[in-house]
Amino acid sequence: MKCRTCRNPAIIDLPRHNANFCAEHLLQLCRRQVEKAIHDHQMFEPTDHLLVAVSGGKDSLAVWDILRELGYRTTGLYIALGIGEYSHESQTFAEDFAARRGLPLVIESLRDDHGFDVPTAARATGRVPCSACGMSKRHIFDRVARDGGYDAVVTGHNLDDEAAVLFGNALRWDVEYLARQLPLLPARGGFPRKAKPLVRLTERETAAWCIVRGIDYIVDECPMAAGNKHLAYKQALNLIEEESPGAKATYYLGFLERMAPLLSGSSAQRADELASCVRCGSPTGAEVATDGSTVCAFCRLSEKARGHEPVPVEMLMSKSARRAAAKEARG
Amino acid sequence: MRVLLRNPRREITIDGRRRVHALLNELGLSREAHLVIRNGELVPGDGELNADDEIEIRPVISGG
Repeated sequence: MKCRTCRNPAIIDLPRHNANFCAEHLLQLCRRQVEKAIHDHQMFEPTDHLLVAVSGGKDSLAVWDILRELGYRTTGLYIALGIGEYSHESQTFAEDFAARRGLPLVIESLRDDHGFDVPTAARATGRVPCSACGMSKRHIFDRVARDGGYDAVVTGHNLDDEAAVLFGNALRWDVEYLARQLPLLPARGGFPRKAKPLVRLTERETAAWCIVRGIDYIVDECPMAAGNKHLAYKQALNLIEEESPGAKATYYLGFLERMAPLLSGSSAQRADELASCVRCGSPTGAEVATDGSTVCAFCRLSEKARGHEPVPVEMLMSKSARRAAAKEARG
Repeated sequence: MRVLLRNPRREITIDGRRRVHALLNELGLSREAHLVIRNGELVPGDGELNADDEIEIRPVISGG
């Protein structure tokens, strides 16, 4: 196999591009795809200060690395979620990445700063762990961005992530979510601008970026994610991709080009419909109670979780594993 | 060859030489969801793996 660009030996085959690439030209391809996403969706101004949400995984470290390489001013934000050894290990990867490159990293801890962790929140509220985790992370991203005066929050969502979410939303015809599934969400009503510069790269490509660049990241899967629907959607889409290379990109990028414009009027609440949470002051779309007060979803979750005794991660791991096994048995 | 698999982490031994795609097919692993690494470097789909190689098959799907 030879590199499509320079004819030197290739290190990776990318069937969706019907091409193979050497290390140098794989990096060039990734860089160009990120630049195109930033340009096409008008994500950033050159002087923006970007808050990059980092988990210690391949995608968030890759997007931080690429943005830094492209010359953007960046600060990382790592949230310690309290998912046992997995969280300790992932924090080490995020800290090492930042330290080696001399990049600023803000660390926020659910347990130390808010009095609970993801397993406890999941058990206390009856939510699935990924839901409690996602809500907590989004709230903290927004608040840190607002308090720190950052111009945008950047996440490492890639093409596979977005295609899988689109697949799930389309299975339920959830028009509200479909209308908001965009690579750039402008700032509104106290929420910061949010951008996903990796939406044109598959996760095989972001992992390859990290390996070629010598970036160590956490390879182990989050123990709370076992058996979640998102993974099942990704596997289904990869089966289609193997039969029809490029299908994921056609599906998601075609949605952005042809379907999203038709849904733009169906989007969530307008900025003037948001209230301020009486506990934390964050903007929220939560319903106003009869006494006129509004408490955001994070504060409601946090109040329940803080009053619950800490739940060890293993308790929920075995539950997830049981659910996955039962699902497999049902076929 | 010695093959390191992840999630869960385990090691298996495969006799003889293989091309990367043939090895993934044999193990029932999606080409779209894995990368093969030898001595810290990626090996493409038609790359030949030798009997004495130590390789890692790294999954790239994450569930967050």
